Amino acid sequence: MLKIIKNRFEQGHRTTKYPEEPINLYKRFRGRPMIDMNCDVDVVRQCAEACPQEAIDEATCQIDLGKCVFCGLCETVSEGKFAKFTPSFEMGTAARNELLTHGSLPALAQHSKQHFKKLFGRSLQLRQISAGGCNACEADTNVLNTPFFDLSRFGIQFVASPRHADGIHVTGPVSKNMRQAVLTTWEAVPEPKVVIASGACAISGGPFYGSKDIIGDLNSLLPVDLYIPGCPPHPLTTLHALLQFFK
Amino acid sequence: MDKLLHIQNGERVNRSALPHLSLNEFRKELLDFTEAGGQVVQFFAYQESKDSDSLKLLAVLRNDNLYVTGCDAPDSFDSLTAVTEKFHMFEREIGEQYGIKAKGHPWWKMVRYHQNCTGKADAFGNNYREDIPGNYPYFTVEGKGVHEVAVGPVHAGIIEPGHFRFQCFGERVFHLEIQLGYQHRGVEHLLQTVPMKRLPILGETIAGDTSIGHGLCMAQGIEALADLEVDEGSKIVRTIALELERVANHIGDLGALSLDVAFGPPAAYFGRIRGEYLNLSQILGGNRFGRGLVRPGGVTKIMGEEQRKLIQEKMDELTPEVEHVNDLIFSTPSVRTRFDHTGTVSQENAEQLGMVGYAGRACGLPYDARVSFPTECYADLPANTNNKTQGDVGSRAAVRREEIMHSFDLIHTLLARSTEANKYTPQDIQLAPDSFVVTVNEAWRGEASHCILTDEQGDILRYKVKDPSFHNWTGLALALRDQGISDFPLCNKSFNLSYCGFDL
Repeated sequence: MLKIIKNRFEQGHRTTKYPEEPINLYKRFRGRPMIDMNCDVDVVRQCAEACPQEAIDEATCQIDLGKCVFCGLCETVSEGKFAKFTPSFEMGTAARNELLTHGSLPALAQHSKQHFKKLFGRSLQLRQISAGGCNACEADTNVLNTPFFDLSRFGIQFVASPRHADGIHVTGPVSKNMRQAVLTTWEAVPEPKVVIASGACAISGGPFYGSKDIIGDLNSLLPVDLYIPGCPPHPLTTLHALLQFFK
Repeated sequence: MDKLLHIQNGERVNRSALPHLSLNEFRKELLDFTEAGGQVVQFFAYQESKDSDSLKLLAVLRNDNLYVTGCDAPDSFDSLTAVTEKFHMFEREIGEQYGIKAKGHPWWKMVRYHQNCTGKADAFGNNYREDIPGNYPYFTVEGKGVHEVAVGPVHAGIIEPGHFRFQCFGERVFHLEIQLGYQHRGVEHLLQTVPMKRLPILGETIAGDTSIGHGLCMAQGIEALADLEVDEGSKIVRTIALELERVANHIGDLGALSLDVAFGPPAAYFGRIRGEYLNLSQILGGNRFGRGLVRPGGVTKIMGEEQRKLIQEKMDELTPEVEHVNDLIFSTPSVRTRFDHTGTVSQENAEQLGMVGYAGRACGLPYDARVSFPTECYADLPANTNNKTQGDVGSRAAVRREEIMHSFDLIHTLLARSTEANKYTPQDIQLAPDSFVVTVNEAWRGEASHCILTDEQGDILRYKVKDPSFHNWTGLALALRDQGISDFPLCNKSFNLSYCGFDL
């Protein structure tokens, strides 16, 4: 008993004040990239060719954050002249095409569906479905339940049964072997319901794009309402997206 | 030529130097070697060249050394699993990937549920028009009072998909069958067919929580085949990254184990502290899972004085907290009574299954690839020893506690080395033709291994991945025998195996 109390004192209060107070992640964190539109075309071409995810469009100088795995290679190749990854983790969008960017993203709160805010703003229950990824997205979603993030203080919970859920939060490129389970789970959620695609895999197939063993794009299977980019999305990216979209 | 070729971890070997035995000799060598206590690191089939139908079998074996041997692959062969369990999953995998049958295999069942790459008849009679598990009838126990519990693939938490079938008598589990494959996304096929630039990204996503472990296996393999030297500073960063990965995962799991026996406080504390170590990986390389850090030839980020100091200070702050929370877990009687004597795997069974990592060490199998086949900085770092090795949940937890403290020591030792890594410059990589390499690393779950074979052009002919979970899942099934079904979450978490690393 004494040990429990001693540990409790040592641990203290650890929950972040985000979103009331901003969090500055360490400068090396690779978040939302900023692109220099005036970059030399040869450098852009070099970056586009080097990109393992084929996420850079040479003609428009845009990066597709739905494909990008934030490996930072384009920053290295261009020595920061084409792209620089900033420590900004706020990247969720309500539409797929908004993820094609020069660096700025539309304010998510204004683009979310207003009836979702009304329905789920005070209480949101989500059923998570892990569908063929590498488990990093799941791991960094799970940590939202740890004391630092403490997701439930916002009235948002991940629940066991789809019957208790207001929507699904899908990670992974939807392997063929998970296709039916994703559909069955979605069907079990009562209407009206939300679909969230979390991580490069669920948005575009991620590192596994082109594989014959995956669907590769959740939106081709179910209508996606909210996109959370990253490989995996930082927990704060997910938290920001959920708060902006539903609150 | 020797029937077994002695090789080094991460050493390029000409394919022409690989032993080429008759099927009978091959069988005898493998059985003799495993009979004498040796283990299987890799055993797989491959196409001799991209436009040839002829297949070969290749085995990488270990005792105190690493060996490789091979033979022409027949359409079917007498199952080695019928003699020893050590080949069990490997033979099923060969059947699924290449349509080669192991006759007399005691449990001939698909592994991940996908078509083979040869166009041969499916080894398990599946046509893939049905969903997983196809035409496979699950193992059943019959008799009065026997009932079945089926769970998954979608589970009541934020975890990976898998299907579990318990054959129970009341609360008691007779048998647990684990069906995986739901995470199968074609990793090996991609590794063999996509441009080289995609490989590091795929390597880091074989198992997300083992991004560094698998990333290192891949980088070392490519370095061997492309003749790239890695500087001392990069090796220091890589070794620190692998140990941070180990620490973060062990700490998270110990907290979760505590929660599984309804002792909440350590779960809250370790849940947060795990995140602190992920954040140290982020300081090192810009990503919580260490992604984008390890690349063939070195590391993309230098550990400068600033990063070294930030990591050192955070480690100093957290070490006493970790010690105190561990003390709280392991000195609480209600935790001890639930951990001890639950989910026991005997040393004999663990040896037969070839269990690796902390799950193997908790059963008294001391194998640690950092000691046996050291890579990066491990050759001159001290080894760890374990005190509690009874094969139960308590032993798996205790081994992890010991490994956390050992990793702290390693990280401190490495932080004191001031050699900075060379600046990283991406380069075009050309692999040596007609070559073979195997790499082995002690990832946090245990022995991870990659094999790469190249063709006459230097293109990748076969890329074989083995996650430590490939050995250990059967161990979890055995741990559940004769246990209460409510002990499953506890046993499962004590192993914490990878679904995606197994499913590939």
